[in-house]
Amino acid sequence: MIAENIAFGLIAVAMVIGAIRVVTTKNVVHAALWLVLVLSGVAADYILLAAEFIAVVQVLVYIGAIVVLFLFGIMLTRAPLGLQDDLDNDQRWAALVVGLLLFGVLATVLAKQFGRVHVNTNQVQRTADVANSVFTTYVVPFEVVSVVLLAALVGAVVIARRD
Amino acid sequence: MLLNQFLFLGAFLFCTGVYGALARRNAVLVLMSIELILNAVNINLVAFGAFKNNVAGQVFALFVIAIAAAEVGVGLAIVLIIYRNKRSIDITQVDSMKG
Repeated sequence: MIAENIAFGLIAVAMVIGAIRVVTTKNVVHAALWLVLVLSGVAADYILLAAEFIAVVQVLVYIGAIVVLFLFGIMLTRAPLGLQDDLDNDQRWAALVVGLLLFGVLATVLAKQFGRVHVNTNQVQRTADVANSVFTTYVVPFEVVSVVLLAALVGAVVIARRD
Repeated sequence: MLLNQFLFLGAFLFCTGVYGALARRNAVLVLMSIELILNAVNINLVAFGAFKNNVAGQVFALFVIAIAAAEVGVGLAIVLIIYRNKRSIDITQVDSMKG
């Protein structure tokens, strides 16, 4: 229990620093690299929650594919690789107020509702159970998601194609 | 472990993502902030799945990951044509629909 909490604390600190750097750094490529830190922290949290399959999928899809897509996007839009001072717009302070207020509201509600509720992290949710659930209860949404992915693939090719 | 540890982390990531989506000028950075928001939602789904001892949380997180991949693909394609047409991906300049 203690070890779990120490691990969670370290991961959470790394994720908080990474998330703040993603939205404040002046270098676009660095933002993508800080995003890798946050996404790995999320994967580690899934391991702590004994959700093994989703942790591996997080590493494969997010860190393996989506971050590479972001780096391609940065490269293809020819962003300058050094520091840029104009990455934030004029509504920065309003956005900060919105973010802080939202966090205040969420934190109050969560603290009130789930104050001392414990989560059981010893019960591993096995990959076989996830697969059973996907292919029985959720088989229709699963097929719909595959059609959505195909449509997104074709759509991205059509949109980005040079005529 | 307390359920609230995960929920607070998720809430913080969500609010950071909202700040980034509102405050950033570069379209690729806005998409990254949206990824932060989606990951916050996924943490909540998996945490509640572990809390209820139910795999539905993980299944929904899987669906969210799939939709996020599709969203980034289409989003970056749109960013590319914005760049091709305007020679810049500053989204404060994409205001031709403004009256």
